[in-house]
Amino acid sequence: MTETQITFANVSRFYGEVLGINNVNLSVPPGITSLVGPNGSGKTTLMNLMTGLIRPTQGEITVLGVPSEQPETLCRIVGYCAQFDSCPKGLTGRQFVYWFLRMHGYSDAECQAKTAAALDRVSMTPAAERPVAAYSKGMRQRIKLAQAIAHNPQVLVLDEPLNGLDPMARAETIALFREWGAEGRHVIVSSHILHEVDQISDQVILLSQGYVVAEGQIQGVRSEVKEQPMQILVRCDNPGALAARLFQDNHMVEAKISNDRKGLLLRTTDADSFYLLLNRVVLESGLEVESVAPADDDVNSVYQYLIGAEGGTV
Amino acid sequence: MSPLWLRQIGAVLRLELKKTFFSRRGWWIYCLAIGPVIITLLHWLFELRQTADHHHTLGEDSIVFAALFLFFYLRATIFFGCMGIFSNLFRGEMLEKTLHYYFLTPMRRELLVAGKYLAGVAVALVLFVGSTAASFLTLSRHFGPAWSDYLWHGPGLSQLGSYILVAALGCIGYGAVFLMCGLLFRNPLIPAAVVFVWENLNPFLPDLLKKISIIFYLKSLCPVEVPVPPPFSVMVVESDPSPLWIAVPGLLLVTAVLLVYSAIAARQTEINYGE
Repeated sequence: MTETQITFANVSRFYGEVLGINNVNLSVPPGITSLVGPNGSGKTTLMNLMTGLIRPTQGEITVLGVPSEQPETLCRIVGYCAQFDSCPKGLTGRQFVYWFLRMHGYSDAECQAKTAAALDRVSMTPAAERPVAAYSKGMRQRIKLAQAIAHNPQVLVLDEPLNGLDPMARAETIALFREWGAEGRHVIVSSHILHEVDQISDQVILLSQGYVVAEGQIQGVRSEVKEQPMQILVRCDNPGALAARLFQDNHMVEAKISNDRKGLLLRTTDADSFYLLLNRVVLESGLEVESVAPADDDVNSVYQYLIGAEGGTV
Repeated sequence: MSPLWLRQIGAVLRLELKKTFFSRRGWWIYCLAIGPVIITLLHWLFELRQTADHHHTLGEDSIVFAALFLFFYLRATIFFGCMGIFSNLFRGEMLEKTLHYYFLTPMRRELLVAGKYLAGVAVALVLFVGSTAASFLTLSRHFGPAWSDYLWHGPGLSQLGSYILVAALGCIGYGAVFLMCGLLFRNPLIPAAVVFVWENLNPFLPDLLKKISIIFYLKSLCPVEVPVPPPFSVMVVESDPSPLWIAVPGLLLVTAVLLVYSAIAARQTEINYGE
């Protein structure tokens, strides 16, 4: 398996008359990729397509070179923690994972060992003998995660995996994603919690109304949004003087001085020119700059710029 | 180690048996299976208390059982029991939103269909073949030594074998029909009702149409013919029963065709829980 990307080539999916996703072209590299978009934007459709649970109306999807319509091969390299909470009736947590592995064709001993490892990984060993039906929302999320990782897949697809998890479990789960991403695997996560997406993602795919609005590393995506002036926060000893000097250049849009009179929040249409100008000002006036940092190159800001109110609730 | 496909079918089979055998949801199916046994048990107990001159003959009892088998087992117990078992194998998973659990495994959908079908057949055989045998063996026990003689030295054992064969073929045939209904229809009750009407109209259909059914072949294999009472006898269209060498392979062939079609349908099935 030499192919290392997940690719969508002109993929559309319609549910009757209703659009799922339209004309999506993507190439997802290894690492943690977050799918971000409002409800109904096509995140789950994208995930169901890449795991072979649904087929595209048009276009082609390959996962590490494997076409999505070959579940016999695809499901060996993909683990999917779906949004559906239900589990076959009467199974305990351990059986839920065990029988999933048995259907992969592993022997009893292999299944026992892999099940134990997966349960341990998500800290579900103590509750493994209880029926899944009696689990809390967070425990269900974790047992689904155990099922998804049990066969050690190269691609892990996770639909809202942090929903219902307590803070400790959240931290553990995020650490697991990071570890998997660092190992060169694909971890595809959809999440509504933008600051968590910010923390964990190597790249993001922004979706709105079935279209991919933007994709790539979040800073790169932000810099592509030319129509929204870049926000930059400068901490310095004389923000008033700096603001006055900066406004002599016409790429400056807005400047706000913070209450402590030590910070200046700027909006500029040309960040590169701003940085050059700032260097010049520092050299000329002896301004003492404590820090300079972009203030809106996070997922939340990019989301607001690209999708904003039209996207509805996140 | 056995081949992968065999291990995968085995896993589905065992999982399904674990899930479905003696599940609370199937209580009415167990009632259907145990109902005729209770009736024949009561008949036996009732007959034990009768005086000798009130007894009917063994021959009459064999016709009673033939009627019970044809009208109760084939047309009700096995038909509706198989409907309950097989149409839920896939439709039940869709309703409970658990089908993706199977679809996310690297298993050919054909193997999934085979595994689930075999699990359904195993349950149906245990319930309905077991019930048929139990009813047959209890119905005429009150005849004592005459019954033993009928069973071991007369036609009893061969009749029992025939009924068991017909019940098993009924489970296999109807099972395939309802498995396909569960895969193809959102509400399998509608095609089940159509099949039910069609199967029950069978005696009154022209010769050619009779053969497009399961009951025709099953009835051909029944060892004792049940006389049709008037006024229905007027409407019945007589036709030659199908010989054993046609009925059995014919039914198995129909079953195989239905299963292949189900496998194709399963291959095209997507996870869409109606959201």
